[in-house]
Amino acid sequence: MSKVSLENVCKNFGNVEAVSCFYLDVEDKEFLVLLGPSGCGKSTTLRMIAGLEELTEGNIYIGDKLVNDMPPRDRDIAMVFQDYALYPHMTVYHNMAFGLKLRKFPRTEIEQRVKEAADILGIQDLLERKPRELSGGQRQRVAVGRAIVRKPAVFLFDEPLSNLDAKLRGQMRAELSKLHDQLKTTIIYVTHDQVEAMTMGTKIVIMNEGIIHQVGSPMEIYDYPVNKFVGGFIGSPGMNFLSAKIVSEKSRLYVDTGGFQLLIPSKKNSFLESKTDQEVILGIRPEHIQDAVFTDETSITDSFKAVVEVVETLGAEVQLNVVSGEHDLIARVDPRTKAARHQEIELAVNMEKIHIFETEPPNERVKTEE
Amino acid sequence: MVTIASTVNGRSSPGILSRLKSRRYAAYWMVLPLVILIAGLVVYPFVYSVYLSFENKAETKFVGLKNYKRLLNYKTFWLVTGNSFRFTLTAVFFKATLGLILALILNNLPFGGQRIWRGVSLIPWVMPLALSSMGWWWIFEPTHSAINWIIVQFGGTPKPWLSDPFWARVSCIVTNIWFGTPFFMIMYLAGLKSIPESLYEAAQIDGARALQRFRYVTFPMLSKLIGITVMFSTIVTFANFDIVRILTRGGPRYTTHLFGTYAFNIGIESGHLPRGSAVALFMFPVLGLAAFFILRNIARGEE
Amino acid sequence: MSLTLVQQKKRKITYSYLGLVPFLVFFLFPLYWMLITAFKPDSEITSLKGIPFIIHSVPTLDHFKFILFKTRFIQWFWNSFQIAIVVTIITMIVSILGAYAISRLRFLGSRYFGVGIFCTYLVPPALLFIPFYKVVGILGLINTKWCLLFLYPTLTVPFCTWILIGYFTAIPRALDEAAFVDGATYIQMLTRVFLPVAAPGLIASTLFAFTVSWAQFLYPLAYIYRDEEKVLTNGIYTTLIRGDVYHWGELMGGALLASVPVVVLFAFLMDYYIAGLTRGTIK
Repeated sequence: MSKVSLENVCKNFGNVEAVSCFYLDVEDKEFLVLLGPSGCGKSTTLRMIAGLEELTEGNIYIGDKLVNDMPPRDRDIAMVFQDYALYPHMTVYHNMAFGLKLRKFPRTEIEQRVKEAADILGIQDLLERKPRELSGGQRQRVAVGRAIVRKPAVFLFDEPLSNLDAKLRGQMRAELSKLHDQLKTTIIYVTHDQVEAMTMGTKIVIMNEGIIHQVGSPMEIYDYPVNKFVGGFIGSPGMNFLSAKIVSEKSRLYVDTGGFQLLIPSKKNSFLESKTDQEVILGIRPEHIQDAVFTDETSITDSFKAVVEVVETLGAEVQLNVVSGEHDLIARVDPRTKAARHQEIELAVNMEKIHIFETEPPNERVKTEE
Repeated sequence: MVTIASTVNGRSSPGILSRLKSRRYAAYWMVLPLVILIAGLVVYPFVYSVYLSFENKAETKFVGLKNYKRLLNYKTFWLVTGNSFRFTLTAVFFKATLGLILALILNNLPFGGQRIWRGVSLIPWVMPLALSSMGWWWIFEPTHSAINWIIVQFGGTPKPWLSDPFWARVSCIVTNIWFGTPFFMIMYLAGLKSIPESLYEAAQIDGARALQRFRYVTFPMLSKLIGITVMFSTIVTFANFDIVRILTRGGPRYTTHLFGTYAFNIGIESGHLPRGSAVALFMFPVLGLAAFFILRNIARGEE
Repeated sequence: MSLTLVQQKKRKITYSYLGLVPFLVFFLFPLYWMLITAFKPDSEITSLKGIPFIIHSVPTLDHFKFILFKTRFIQWFWNSFQIAIVVTIITMIVSILGAYAISRLRFLGSRYFGVGIFCTYLVPPALLFIPFYKVVGILGLINTKWCLLFLYPTLTVPFCTWILIGYFTAIPRALDEAAFVDGATYIQMLTRVFLPVAAPGLIASTLFAFTVSWAQFLYPLAYIYRDEEKVLTNGIYTTLIRGDVYHWGELMGGALLASVPVVVLFAFLMDYYIAGLTRGTIK
């Protein structure tokens, strides 16, 4: 019973529109990630749900209760802050017990809950320490612990991993996913890190400049970005964008980048015929450009020639920065490649995975499949 | 490549050594004026005043602890001692409390208003104390001045502010509170600003109401600063001179004297420098204790 | 519960302003009272009729004229000014060199210096003025304003050094290393790197040195009796309060006029001063 609904919610700071009006339903037990670059309004949205920020318009429901004017303490939520916000003068135990104590829980119950949470997080030995005696990762755990002892209907996370180093972040990602399985409650999680979003989220909300661009599962968003922003934001390194034109020759459709032409698979023709002779933006993910020598036989590919500028050997793959005509592209190719700097190479594009975007903002994706 | 590197090293390594040596010399030269100043104008006079306090009035004979013994037998001295403590404790208590309230109030104001009113609230502390004490002296004037006029308007009886022992003490303390509250305010306000906003938000989500947020977040976060500020103020208040000197000159009948003004009275005005020295030196233990607490607190903060 | 966040915030601000009022009355009333007294004719000051908080007759400049032309006020002002300026210069030179050496050049015992400087708080003027009386007498400086030139730095230098150590320590070490690599001498490092970067600290300590010198009362009161050598604080106190008839108008006018320079300085440089004062204790 911990569905969260945002109806026509918006937020202005003075005359500045921080979050444009939107509708969003967070289902029970969902791990929803609000993802976007900094300043996109994702934290503001989270803080409105928490009750730390007033709505300019709209309604927020937690469960079935309208919570617009409810102070945070009555909303049945818990929050993990970016800087953890642990009370520096209290021990770990008291940090975790504080919320329960204020709610007048009996002592034994508090002790039991804190112990439970400490067991889950593996911080049983730290309970008597003060926050300043803990490492970053341990503080992070305490902050999470403080949230879970409350057994709230909804957990809110505000960029909780951004102060950790890369290795620890990876570890905590796995632990938070596990925790979500264990606790079976709704989580709303704000981050600017697409890896966190893709690995943990069951549903991702992509925001930019106060506008929600897309809501969907991680794979939906990766495979079918609704527009150029989403396509470019998800995936690392980012999608290659080339200004191009759809041309028709002998009843076959090509996408022409000026320097090279790529044959569009015939099953996409019906969707793109109307675009013939129009300017578009071609989007190709680096992993869909291969060294032509090592292409995967099962997919429909077409190839073009380019000159290699940089070769970055990453072990499992090789990343190439290439130039073809006026276009700079990045490709992630098979490590067996013989590519060398300043040499020409033939690259094969997986044509089933290409994206065509409109040239006019908001650069929507042209539908090319059912 | 190799040869170039070695020549560079060959040339620069004696340079670095000599510079390190010169660094120490440079440091000694630079710190010398400070050392001379502190040794010559603080340490030496202090030691000298201890020596002086062992002499007789004409400063011709070494009399040991006689000046101290005499003082301990004076009723007046004990009056001064009691008054110094009363003055300091009362004034510091009110300054610390009012300063905290004022800082909390100012901290609630939006940025622009806060800046202005913080500035205005600092005026009492900015004004030279000797000059503002003259203003208070006039305020406490019994016949023609402000306070008694107000009291009479409200149907009370006028008070002999500066000529009755009790009211004279009150007057001195009020003036000191007026002067010192802004200092507390400014320290607390800076302390309040250093408490991260997210702590309050976390407390709000944890269920703390305004008073609980003060009790569980603000106060514990400020407590070290409160301690340091109180001790600082204790030193300055205990050694205060200007207020009592101007408002009452220690009167009526020595009831408002502090160690400082009493030492002035005996040493300069009555010309008994050794005994004046002895009076002033009685301040030392209290000042030392307060400074010890400050240093311990600051050192603990740095670890 | 029924109040929205915005309403709560508004209410909080309103209550805060209400709470501020008594403080402002307490803080500003003495100034108002001094100001109004300075402009009241004598007859009105001593009159018992009417509300004393407004001027009933015509405001007069008589008191100010008296202060400026019938007393040595201008002379004292000039004395105060000279002393404060020279003391400030001395203070800044001593403190800057000392703070730089202590915070950066590390020498034997430099660590204890900070504590040592702090301990000078243990010996306030109320404790030192008696031995100084002897010292000043031996040097033949009793009754001259020049004795203040070496007495005031005992008050200003420790605090200014303390402030500056804080500012210098906060400058990243990479900056001196860069200057060192560029071939700067220690003095150049100080003048080219430290002083510009720590400019706010310099402003704060300059202001502190000046205001402390301006406001000191005990030393001039104890050692200077000749009218033409007095500074503002003891000049006003000893000259305008003579006999049983107090010249309240003149006294208030003089006290206000004498406060003007420091109050004006503060109005412009307050932020630096506050930062300098508070940063040492709050981390």
